[in-house]
Amino acid sequence: MLDKEGIAKRIAKEIKDGYYVNLGIGIPTLVANYIPANIDVVLQSENGLLGMGPFPFEGEEDADVINAGKQTITMLPGSAIFDSAMSFGMIRAKKVNLTILGAMEVSENGDIANWKIPGKMVKGMGGAMDLVASAENIIVAMQHVNKAGESKLLPKCTLPLTGVNCVKKIVTELAVLDVLPDGGFKLLERAPGISVDEIKNATAGKLIIEGDIPEMII
Amino acid sequence: MNKVVSDADEAIRDIEDGMTLMLGGFGLCGLPENCIAALVKKGTKELTCISNNAGVDDFGIGLMLKQRQVKKMISSYVGENAEFERQLLSGELDVELIPQGTLATRCMAAGYGMPAIFTPAGIGTEVAIGKEVRNFNGKDYLMELAFDADFAIVKAWKGDTMGNLVYKATARNFNAVMAMAGKITIAEVEELVEPGELDPDHIHTPGIYIHRIFQGVNYEKRIEQRTVRKNVR
Repeated sequence: MLDKEGIAKRIAKEIKDGYYVNLGIGIPTLVANYIPANIDVVLQSENGLLGMGPFPFEGEEDADVINAGKQTITMLPGSAIFDSAMSFGMIRAKKVNLTILGAMEVSENGDIANWKIPGKMVKGMGGAMDLVASAENIIVAMQHVNKAGESKLLPKCTLPLTGVNCVKKIVTELAVLDVLPDGGFKLLERAPGISVDEIKNATAGKLIIEGDIPEMII
Repeated sequence: MNKVVSDADEAIRDIEDGMTLMLGGFGLCGLPENCIAALVKKGTKELTCISNNAGVDDFGIGLMLKQRQVKKMISSYVGENAEFERQLLSGELDVELIPQGTLATRCMAAGYGMPAIFTPAGIGTEVAIGKEVRNFNGKDYLMELAFDADFAIVKAWKGDTMGNLVYKATARNFNAVMAMAGKITIAEVEELVEPGELDPDHIHTPGIYIHRIFQGVNYEKRIEQRTVRKNVR
């Protein structure tokens, strides 16, 4: 079973040289730590920055330099600043190659829910609805089951949706899965030490298993 | 042409109960701190506030919420504010949550003189309820209307007395789009300079969009999430 860092490490392998990447809050943020050194990647932060760098050294924090999670960050050489309208303009125009975000639920047809639990939690969708509506390459990073032990990979989402038919790939602590265009979670890889049966038991939606499922290499 | 006012009190003098305000900033970054303080002091009520976030309990728009000055918030993300959540769940506060890109682009449309935009954000979700959907090239888009705000209040790094503005780093955020979108736009700046001191090629918001400008004082510029690297340089 993977920990959060493990999920981030595995997702980092999906990033290719030359990509512009938007990382959501939570596990996706950790992905930045594992981008291979031999490829050039530019991180987009939807509050208006291309070229997001690591956290600043202590004492060098600047209140005017933050990421979309409101964390103090740095700007790498070659960074560009823009306003919020242009930021979502480049997202809508599909200039961002890969979007990685968290989710509360994903359905077998690629619907995602991650912004609201009616009556309990109302934080808002932020930029997530814009990202999932426009991005062509969306990877979800999340736990396979929720705190109550219920599967988050469902036939149909039960929570209010963030977007429909949009998720392409899911990486959890148990597995890597593709969401097929015609519906269904296709099992691609198992986490180290995890059996196919364990993944079956943790997946409520339609799971497609073809041939031997390799253990992931991270 | 005299756009310069002495301070925030003078800048917001005619903001009245029940008006609609746009407030720039993202989280606590790039907030018009002086104007928010002046609005809290003035006690203007029944306001509709369009702002990406609602501040935190004791800073930003949170200060106005605490005093019950806000009737309705139009935002994309309102976490990190316990008083806000309390007013929302108890029904004291009307909240319209909209996607961040839609929020920004509805401001942009107002500043560009366009009545509406079409965006895929929210298609198939509760955001789409009651809205017109149009199909372009096989994909559905929601029609979203340009905002209509009585005042836009923004914060810039530098400005000149003509109203030309330059923002610093990610404090540009919603400030630059909201600056274009108010019927009356108030800009508070960290440094107010004379015409000619800003390079025309480096202006982010042309002065034509700005009606009132002043040099703010005592900026706290609070950091919401202070994150640092463990190692020292």
